[in-house]
Amino acid sequence: MPTSQSPSSALVVRGLRKYFGDVRAVDGLDLAVGSGECFGLLGPNGAGKTTTIEICEGLTRADSGEVELLGLRWEHDEHELRERLGIQLQETQLSDKLTVNETVRLFRSFYASGRAVDEVIGLVQLDEKRDARVGKLSGGQKQRLALACAIVGNPDLIFLDEPTTGLDPQSRRQLWELITDFKSHGRTIMLTTHYMDEAEVLCDRVAIVDHGRVIALGTPPELIASLGAEHVVEFSLAPGNAPLDEQTLGGLEEVRTARRVADGYELQVGALHRAVPSLLSLVASRGLELARLTTHSATLEDVFVSLTGRQLRDE
Amino acid sequence: MSDRGSDPKRDTDVKGGSLWQLITVRFKEYTREPEALFWSFGFPILLAIGLGIAFRSKPPDVVHVAVTNTGPRAAAIAAAIRADRGLAVELLPADSAAAALRTGRVALVATPAGGDSVTYQFDDTRPDALTARLMVNDAVQRGGGRRDLVPVGERHIRERGSRYIDFVVPGLLGMTIMGGGVWGLGYSIVDQRRKNLLKRLVATPMSRAEYLLSYVISRLVMLTIEVVVLLGSSVLLFGVPMRGSWLSVAAIIVVSALAFGGFGLLIASRSRTIEGVSGLMNLSMLPMWVLSGVFFSSENFPKAIQPIIKALPLTATNDALRANMLRGVEIGGLGPQMAVLFAWMIGCFLIALKIFRWR
Repeated sequence: MPTSQSPSSALVVRGLRKYFGDVRAVDGLDLAVGSGECFGLLGPNGAGKTTTIEICEGLTRADSGEVELLGLRWEHDEHELRERLGIQLQETQLSDKLTVNETVRLFRSFYASGRAVDEVIGLVQLDEKRDARVGKLSGGQKQRLALACAIVGNPDLIFLDEPTTGLDPQSRRQLWELITDFKSHGRTIMLTTHYMDEAEVLCDRVAIVDHGRVIALGTPPELIASLGAEHVVEFSLAPGNAPLDEQTLGGLEEVRTARRVADGYELQVGALHRAVPSLLSLVASRGLELARLTTHSATLEDVFVSLTGRQLRDE
Repeated sequence: MSDRGSDPKRDTDVKGGSLWQLITVRFKEYTREPEALFWSFGFPILLAIGLGIAFRSKPPDVVHVAVTNTGPRAAAIAAAIRADRGLAVELLPADSAAAALRTGRVALVATPAGGDSVTYQFDDTRPDALTARLMVNDAVQRGGGRRDLVPVGERHIRERGSRYIDFVVPGLLGMTIMGGGVWGLGYSIVDQRRKNLLKRLVATPMSRAEYLLSYVISRLVMLTIEVVVLLGSSVLLFGVPMRGSWLSVAAIIVVSALAFGGFGLLIASRSRTIEGVSGLMNLSMLPMWVLSGVFFSSENFPKAIQPIIKALPLTATNDALRANMLRGVEIGGLGPQMAVLFAWMIGCFLIALKIFRWR
C-alpha cells in the first residue's frame, strides 16, 4: 500500500523492478532521498543505475514498484513534474550547429518560469563561449552546457547521470565545484557515478548498487566505517616465493580481513602502525621477499570490494 | 516542499515562447548546413537549367538518309533529295550505306535499280524511317518530274504548354515537395533521436505538438522559397505557362507539402539510425519517382494498375499541378487529387503520432 513518506522526502522509490528480457536491470530497489540532500547511486557499469534514474525521470516505465517525486507521481502530474525537475542524461549530443546561448535559450523557453539565460551561462562558467557553436566545445564544456540546460528551469530536484564520465581531472573538479555550489543553495540532487571519489566528495548519502539492488546505504564515512577498517594494505611477493594463506594473514595484529587478489594480497586493517610491522616480520620470518607494498585510507571502493568481491571498475 | 524562491529571478528574456524558439532553431540548424542549402536551392535550379539546355527551342529535326553510290543515276537522285530542306543526304558506297543504316545513323538508304526504278531500304517499325520513306519518295518523284495537282500553303505554330519542359516542370515541383517533406522531416528527427536529443527534449516540459509543428512550419517556409526559385526560373527562362490562378497553385502546394510532411513524419516515427530511415525513405519514394509521372506520363503504365498509381500522393500532386499550370484547371476542378492528398495527410499524421517513438 502506498504510504505517504515524510514531507521532507524529495524522492521515494519502493520495490522498483525493470527487466529487459532475461536481464534484471533493476530488481527490487528502495530509496528515499531527503529534501536538500545530494544523493549518489554508486555502482559498476551495468548495475542498473541509469535504468533506475531514468525511471525516476519518467523516461522509462518500471515493470513494478512506485516512484514519488516532490509528493507527485508520473501517472497524474507529468506536466508539473517536468516543470520542476532538472535532468542531465548520460549521453546527449546537443545540436552542434547552435551556439551555447541559443541552446540555453531554447531550453529556457520550455519552462513557464526559470532563471535568466545569461545568469545560467555565467553559473556554468561558459560566458566566454556564449556565442561559440556547441560543436566546437570541449568535452568538459559540453557537460557544463548540459548542466546549464538542466538548471535553467530552476528545478527543485536535479538528476545527473554520470556527470563527469569521460572528462579530464581538471574538468571533473570544475563540475564538482558547480554541483557543490547547487547543493549549498539547498537543491536536491540525485546523481549516478562509478567514481568512488566523486561520490565521496559530492554526496551526503550514497547507495551502493549492484545487480539492480541497493547493497549498502549510508553517508560515505558511515559506509567506510562499516568495514571496521580504516586502512587498506596491498602487497605482493617476489616471483617464486611460496604463497601466504589468508588465515595466517588474518591473524596478524590489527588485520580485520585478508584476501588474495589477482596480483597479490589485500588486508583491511585498523591501526596501520601496528599492522605493517607485523606483516613485515611475518615476511622476514618466512624468508620471503616483498615485490610491492602500498597502503591507503579505506574508500568506498574498498566497501564495494568487500561487499561484492569485485572492483568497481571491472567492466 | 522545496524552496522555489531561492533564486527568484523569473525572467522574461526568452521572447516569443517555445514554438518561436523551436522554429528559429530549425532555421539556424538548416542555414548553417551548406550542403542542405545546396540540395534545397542549388539542385532544383541546376536541374531546371540542365533540362532547359536539353530541351531548348531548336530548328526542326533533319532526317538523315543515304544514297548508294552505284551507277550514273546516283548523283541525280541525291540532288533531287537534297532539294527538300528537311532531308540531309550523303552519297555512300554500298557497304558504308548498309553500315550507316544498321547503326541508325541514316533512316533510309535509296539505291538506283534497273531502268528508272529506285529501291528504298529501311526499318518499317521505326517512325522516323517511315517519315524518311515519305519525304524521300516525294523528293524522288518531284525530281522525276511529278507535279502537285492541288496547291497547298503551310503555317507553323509552336504552342507553349505542349513542350517537354512544360510537362516536366510540374513533375520536378512535385518531386521537390516530396523530397523536402520526407528528407526535411525524416532525416532531422531521426538524427535527434539517434543523438538522444529527442529524449532530452521530452524530459523538459516542451510541448510535443509544438515540437512537431515547428518542423511543419519551417518546412512550409523553406518550401515557399524553393517553389519560388523553381517556378520563377522556369517561367522566366523557359516560358513555362502558369494558366491557373496563383491561389490554386499555392493551395495545391501547401496541401501536398502537408501530405508529404505527414508521410516524412510517419517514416521517421520509429527509426533510431540514419541508415534505417534512409532505407525506408528510398523504399517509399522510389516507386513514386517511377510511377507518378515525374519525367514521363504515368498513363504509360498498364490500365490495371492505374487505380494504384492514382492513389499515390505524388501522382495526385503532379496531376493537380499539371492540370492547373498547363490547362488552367482551378482547385474546384481537382476534387479527386485533393481528396487523395487529404487522405494521405490525415492518415499519415494520425498513424505517425500514434506510433511515434519519443526516446
